[in-house]
Amino acid sequence: MIDMYDPFMISLIVLSISVLIALVRVILGPTAPDRIVGLDTVNTIVIVSMLAFGAATMEIIYIDVAIVYAVLSYITTLYVAKYLEGGEI
Amino acid sequence: MIEWVIYIFLGIGLFFNLLASLGLLRFPDVYTRLHAGTKCTTFGAIFLAGAVIVYGAWRWYDGDTAMINMSIHAAVALVAILITNPTGAHAIARAAHRSGVMPSQAIVDDLSPGQPGAVEADTDEEVDDVE
Repeated sequence: MIDMYDPFMISLIVLSISVLIALVRVILGPTAPDRIVGLDTVNTIVIVSMLAFGAATMEIIYIDVAIVYAVLSYITTLYVAKYLEGGEI
Repeated sequence: MIEWVIYIFLGIGLFFNLLASLGLLRFPDVYTRLHAGTKCTTFGAIFLAGAVIVYGAWRWYDGDTAMINMSIHAAVALVAILITNPTGAHAIARAAHRSGVMPSQAIVDDLSPGQPGAVEADTDEEVDDVE
């Protein structure tokens, strides 16, 4: 049972607001690196949200998912940065 | 007593994550946005993962022996964030500079090839020489 007044659940709401503000930059961003910076910030905040959700529901599996998500988002960032740089992937 | 440690850690982490997204919205060009969006989220992630680690250790100390796994896995996730976030930011800044995006109020670009003492920015020829 999820307690909505758990401090980790309240912090999840604030983190969701942060993700929405960062998504504004992804939509508005004039150049492509701006959008990648916004997506990188969203990725980090989502990883932290998974940690907080795992602590709120006392389930360890969400924290394992956060580890895998961190590595996959890093690979995606490097891939898109290499594409922007104009090199061979 | 230990609850207040968790509350303070959560407060610091949430404050810096909010500052990161606000700075992403307000700063003028790519490099300053990268400064806000990467450093602040890394610092906030340290404190938020620290809150989860302290919470798991507290549950473990109270007798729920499975909760020490939550502390250990949160520490592994924190190490993954600490390794991948600055290197990803470095890759984005390098790609932005090489794809021709300039700082908005810059007068002198020390990394351009014409400047005295500049680093040789064009590595495609070096790669061709190696091959």
